Amino acid sequence: MTLSLSSRLDLAKSSSKKILVPYITGGLGGDWLEVLDAVVAAGADAVEIGIPFSDPIMDGPVIQEASQRAIESGATPSSILGALAKQSFGAPLAIMTYFNIVHHAGLERFAGWLDEASVGGVVLPDLPIEEMGEWRAVGKAHGIETVQLVAPTTPDSRAKMLCKEAEGFVYAVGTMGVTGVRSTLSESATLIGSRLRGFSEKPVLIGIGVSNPQQAKEAARSSDGVIVGSALVGRLLAGEGPDGAFKFVAELRSALDELS
Amino acid sequence: MNVMGRPEKRGRFGEFGGVYVPESLIAACSELEEAFESSWVDPEFRSEYYRILSNYAGRPTPLTFVKRLSEKLGVDVFFKREDLNHTGSHKINNVIGQALLTKRMGKKRIIAETGAGQHGVATATAAALFGLDATVFMGEVDVKRQELNVFRMKLLGTEVVSVSSGSKTLKDAINEAMRDWVANVESTHYCIGSVMGPHPYPYMVREFQRIIGDEAQAQFEQEIGGDPDFVVACVGGGSNAAGTFAGFASKENTRLVGVEPLGGAAIGRGSPGIVHGMRTMLLQDEFGQVSEAQSVSAGLDYPGVGPEHSFLHSIGRAEYYQVNDDEVLEATMVLSQSEGIIPALEPAHAVAWVLREAGKIIPNGSKVVITMSGRGDKDASVVAELLKDRLA
Repeated sequence: MTLSLSSRLDLAKSSSKKILVPYITGGLGGDWLEVLDAVVAAGADAVEIGIPFSDPIMDGPVIQEASQRAIESGATPSSILGALAKQSFGAPLAIMTYFNIVHHAGLERFAGWLDEASVGGVVLPDLPIEEMGEWRAVGKAHGIETVQLVAPTTPDSRAKMLCKEAEGFVYAVGTMGVTGVRSTLSESATLIGSRLRGFSEKPVLIGIGVSNPQQAKEAARSSDGVIVGSALVGRLLAGEGPDGAFKFVAELRSALDELS
Repeated sequence: MNVMGRPEKRGRFGEFGGVYVPESLIAACSELEEAFESSWVDPEFRSEYYRILSNYAGRPTPLTFVKRLSEKLGVDVFFKREDLNHTGSHKINNVIGQALLTKRMGKKRIIAETGAGQHGVATATAAALFGLDATVFMGEVDVKRQELNVFRMKLLGTEVVSVSSGSKTLKDAINEAMRDWVANVESTHYCIGSVMGPHPYPYMVREFQRIIGDEAQAQFEQEIGGDPDFVVACVGGGSNAAGTFAGFASKENTRLVGVEPLGGAAIGRGSPGIVHGMRTMLLQDEFGQVSEAQSVSAGLDYPGVGPEHSFLHSIGRAEYYQVNDDEVLEATMVLSQSEGIIPALEPAHAVAWVLREAGKIIPNGSKVVITMSGRGDKDASVVAELLKDRLA
C-alpha cells in the first residue's frame, strides 16, 4: 500500500508539527535499506531516496561522490526500486532523480516501477514545470505526486503558480547553489520560507544548505519543515552506517520538536 | 522553407532542445533570452558585434582553394579559414557576442567550460578585452593534454579550475560550470561555447556563429559561382558546423555533412536523452547514465551534441558520419604537408572524411567547402607524441 506524501505531511502541518524529510542515496553501501529503516525510526516524516545519475548538476561534492560510489557498486534505477518493493516502511517515500533516468526507462515504465515500490512522490530537479506536462499526466495516473521546486530567484507570480501546481510539498530552495553542507544557514532560506508560506496550502519545506539541528530549527521557524541531504549522506560516506544515521536524524527531530 | 530558422516555443527543434534546468536557473535563461532577442534586432548591437569581429578578431576570414589536395582527390576543396581568427579558432565569434550581452545585462563575471581550450582562450580573451572577471572550467584530463591553452588563459588573467569529477573531460567541466552558475547567477553569465545547453543557447550560439556560413556562402557565390555540392564541418557540440550550415541550409543542392569522432558519435551511436539542459542525441548506457566519450581531440570529446544537429539529422537535411583517430592523424599529416596548413585535431575530422570519401560518397569533380575551424598549435604536443615514429 503506497503512502502518499500528502497523507502524512498534510496531517503534520495541520497539527503544527515541523516536518523532517531526510535524503539518502539509493544503493549507497550494502546497508542502505537499514539506513532507511533507521531514519524512519528516528522520526522522519517522509524520506527522499536518490537514484544516482552520472551528471548531477544540482548536487555538490557529497552527493556527487555518493552517486558515483553507488553507480560503481552496481546500483541501477530498477535495482533500487526493486529493493524498495520488497519491503514496507513506516513513512512515505519520494524518489529524487534527474529526468534522463526517467526518460530513458520510459515514463510509463518508470511510473510502474514507482507504483510497485510503493513510492508516493518524485522530485525531478532538472524538469521545470514547462517541460513537465507529459510526466505529470503519467505520474498522476499512477497516483504519484510530483513535488515542485521554487528558488530564491523565482519571481512571486511564478512562485504562486508553482505552489498551486505542487503535489506532496513545496521544495523551497534555501540558497542559490547546489546541495551541500554550509556552515551557516543562508538568509535566503528564511526569506523564501515565509514568502512561500503565504502562497501555499501545501507544506513548504526548505532544502539545500540545511546542515545541522540548529540550522534545521532556524529554517523551520519560517517554514513547515526541512529536507536534510548532504549532512546525512556525508556521515554515511564516512562509514557511520545506520546507527550514525539514526543518531543524526534523532537530533534533527528533537531540534524541530522544540518548535512544535 | 528555412529549416534553420527560429526554434519553436521554448527552444524546440522538432522533438529536441528545450529548457531542462533547475528552477534556480529559469529566471537567468529567460533574462538571457530577452537580452539576446532584443540585441539581435538592435542595429547598434549588431554593428558593435561586427566592428569587433572585424577590427579585433580579423574577419572576414578567407575562403581558400586548396589546390594540391584538390588535384590529389579529384574534387575541388575550399577551406573556410576560421583558423585565421584571433585566438586561433571560430570560438571568438560566439564569445564576442556573449561578452557584449554580459555587459548589456549588467553582469561583471563570465564563466565557461572548455575541452580543447579554444573556447576557454576565446572567453579569457573577451574577458580581458571587456574588463570582466573570468573563470574557466576544464577537465583534469584536458588540462594535461592542452597545456599551452591553459597557460594562455592564465596569462590572459583568467582563473582555470581543473575538474576532477566523473570522466574529467568536457562533460564534467560543463557540470561544474552549471553548478557555479546556479550559485552565482545574479552576478555571472555562463558563456556556453557550443550550440548546446538550455534555450536560448543552441539558437543564440548558432546565430553568433552563422557569420561563418553567411560569409562562406557569399564568398563562394562571388569567387566560384553557384553553390557548393558539399559543406563539411566537424561536430562535437557542433558550433562551427551549425554556423556553417546556417549559411547553406536553404541551398537545396548543397549536402550538409557533419563529421563526428567515432568515440564520441552522439548522432551515429547515441539515442535521445536529456543532459546539460537539453533533449538531444546522447551516448548513454542501458540505465540512462551518460557514457564517456573517447577521442584524440579534446574539443570533440563530448557524449552529447547540439539539439539542432539532432533535428537536422532526424529530418535528413544534414548527414552525419564518423571518422576514427587514425584517420584524423593521417589527415593532419596530409594537410600539413600538401598545403602548409596545420589543422587543429577537430577540423582534421572533417578533412579526414573528405580524404576517405572523395570519389565515393563525394563524386569526382564535386565542389566541397570544409570549415577549418581552428589551427593546430594547441595540439602540437599530443600530435608530436602520436606521430613520433613517423616524423623521426
